[in-house]
Amino acid sequence: MNQVLQIVQDATLTYHQKVLALARLAEANDHESLPVNDAYVKAKEMGIICDLNEGNTPYRPRYIIPDYRILMQKGCAMLELEAPKDLWEATAALLMMYHHVPSITSFPVFLGNFDELLEPFVLKVSKEEAKKCLRLFLAHIDKTLTDSFVHADLGPKASVTGELILELTEEMNLAMPNLSLKYDPEITPDDFAEKAVSCMLKTSKPSFANHQMFVKEWGEDYAIASCYNGLKIAGGGFTLHRLRLATMAKQAESVEDFFARVLPNYTDLLLNGMEDRIRFIVEQSKWFETDFLAREGFVKMENFTGMFGLVGLAEAVNTLLKIEDPAKGFGYNSEADQLGVRIMEALNDQVNGFKSKYCACTEHHYGLHAQVGIDSDGMDNSPGARIPIGYEPALHQQLNHSTLYHKYFVTGCGDVFKFDQTWFNSTQALLDIIRGAMAKGYRYFSGYNADADVVRVTGYLVKRSEIEKLDANQTSLNNATVFGKGARDGGHALDRRIHDQSSR
Amino acid sequence: MLWTVASMTKAPVNRLIPFSNVDGPGNRFALFLQGCPFSCLFCHNPETIHLCVHCGACVKTCPVGALSRVDEKVIWNREKCVNCDTCIKVCPHLSSPKIRMMSPQEVLSEFEPVASYVRGISVSGGECMLYPQFLSELFALIKAKGKTCLIDSNGFTAFENYPELMSLADGVMLDVKAVDDDFHKKICGVENKTVLHNFSWLLKNQKLEEVRTILYPNYEEENLRTVDFISKRVKNVRYKLLRYRPFGVRSQGIELLGNQTYSLEDAQKLVDLAKSNGASQVVCI
Ligand code: SF4
Ligand code: SF4
Repeated sequence: MNQVLQIVQDATLTYHQKVLALARLAEANDHESLPVNDAYVKAKEMGIICDLNEGNTPYRPRYIIPDYRILMQKGCAMLELEAPKDLWEATAALLMMYHHVPSITSFPVFLGNFDELLEPFVLKVSKEEAKKCLRLFLAHIDKTLTDSFVHADLGPKASVTGELILELTEEMNLAMPNLSLKYDPEITPDDFAEKAVSCMLKTSKPSFANHQMFVKEWGEDYAIASCYNGLKIAGGGFTLHRLRLATMAKQAESVEDFFARVLPNYTDLLLNGMEDRIRFIVEQSKWFETDFLAREGFVKMENFTGMFGLVGLAEAVNTLLKIEDPAKGFGYNSEADQLGVRIMEALNDQVNGFKSKYCACTEHHYGLHAQVGIDSDGMDNSPGARIPIGYEPALHQQLNHSTLYHKYFVTGCGDVFKFDQTWFNSTQALLDIIRGAMAKGYRYFSGYNADADVVRVTGYLVKRSEIEKLDANQTSLNNATVFGKGARDGGHALDRRIHDQSSR
Repeated sequence: MLWTVASMTKAPVNRLIPFSNVDGPGNRFALFLQGCPFSCLFCHNPETIHLCVHCGACVKTCPVGALSRVDEKVIWNREKCVNCDTCIKVCPHLSSPKIRMMSPQEVLSEFEPVASYVRGISVSGGECMLYPQFLSELFALIKAKGKTCLIDSNGFTAFENYPELMSLADGVMLDVKAVDDDFHKKICGVENKTVLHNFSWLLKNQKLEEVRTILYPNYEEENLRTVDFISKRVKNVRYKLLRYRPFGVRSQGIELLGNQTYSLEDAQKLVDLAKSNGASQVVCI
């Protein structure tokens, strides 16, 4: 059937989702804007490198991280907004701006540090009024920014706003927005962190971001956006491409061949492919000259970077070592784990040896990213550096294993854990685990209770009840529900190990 | 008596759990030692009560050949074992062949990889106070890592006789299963004099981390007496009321206490009583 008609008639797509699908189709017809490299095209066809369907004519950076503090302090000329004077004006101004923040999905991937932006206004009204206003604010986000990659941050300090957002998150049980707590045991009080743990068990959010680690790499002005992407505020990510390491490893004749030929070759292709795209976005797309976000200083071009992603480290290692049983490979055997470290070291060296014309905020280098996988990855390439689902070892072993790799991924890396009911009675215990993991270099911790409706698929959140709507051939407002369905069916992403009271 | 064979430096380990969220505050490393001087009818882990007498009855029942006899001793192969617990079910001596003799150093080497995730160690059983020397040596090692040490005990041994151990231990989680001595003898097989003495001594010396009482179906009078007695004294110490559950209980226990869980409504009455008596941290599970 003709592809346009197919989209138009698709019963599982909302109107807005159809418009986006048609736009992607139009872009696919442009074969001239970006330079075409035959080796790159071939590697893409072989499934070794992947541009995450970023399109042939990028007309905005992939991830945009506006500095909403400017909106709070000065207002916005384009939107004819003055600096807000109270909580109602502040939340309304934010909602108006969110509507105009583009991204790869056309929804804003970053909504700001809610508590920092809103606390001065929240403190001026009664708790009841603040809660009423924030309830509407969150409901508005859930119903209009219908995409799970829409992400807001809290912390590291405790605040009235933060407490109210946690309370409302539990009461409302919504999939959007995704939420991170910037957690620093030296700044974040235990009782606030424990509330966040209990909220996370019930609603799969917030996740815990290792604040000390991110500050060391990015400075105080960093954001956690989309799934768990570390980026600079007033900046963002130009592009995210990825190596599918498991598929790549099959090209190697030996471990040494992998390091001498295969890995450097494809890494080079990807680096140059990313650079071509970034140059197009900066030099040809006109986005930075024309969009009010850039013109009014909500973002600055020099604060954007490139994100070099990868998936399938586990399977690549097992393939190279000819290990067939995953229970004896990556995560279970030190030779495999050390080979994983060697791959990360080699990648880290090559990626940091490449100089981009742009990306000034990261010294003209791209940042490594442990990509969470896409629905079409199936079981062949596990997300980032994760141990495959279904083969998770005991919790402490999994955490210790992860800390070998998290340090490399400055633009994001994390894992998801599923807990049984007993942890509701011992949020202290879960906080001990998170704190201990971070002290060892764990970057980003997500968890949820096995019975929750809102669940974290690989990095983003969906409602199981919404996936069931798609199963029944009905529409789901959330654009990401369809990815959740794909990841459930193809990647068994909802079947991860459940950790019980005495997690063995 | 079997449990007096405790070695000075090694202890029989029934089980070791790297992360536990139910053995004291926060996340803890839990160690279960084998052997107990009580034989409570409602015990959920009756296989921890006695040391193995190497009778051999379990050997042939293992489906994967993880048990064998060597020189009159039953040997357990940890690598082969699939933890089906058949051996435990058939053992006529309330024991288990899956016991490791471990030194404090060996326990420490299992503790170290998880040290940063836990507040400390909780040692339970069986009854861990059968091995006070082992505990002292182990706690010295754990304290040197800056972590806390808790004892989980039925209170059969007088803590005041072990000043060195008590100076290392951060606290004791004490079971007070009944204040009525006759009833205590009936359900636990031994008298409770030392238990009650320990309760006051630990309280006075600020080493009482938590007190636990089981609520028994059909014994309201006894439940009331115990909860009343403890709650009038514990103040800010956590007091846990554990509703009897038939899960894992052996047949003699089921005969006496039945096959039902102690009801939440009845438990709530006792929680209210405890609170009105001044106990500030009452938890009911
Ligand atoms: S575990 Fe029980 S059945 Fe097996 S040898 Fe020891 S005492 Fe006998
Ligand atoms: S628990 Fe282990 S040793 Fe016991 S019967 Fe089962 S496999 Fe054999």
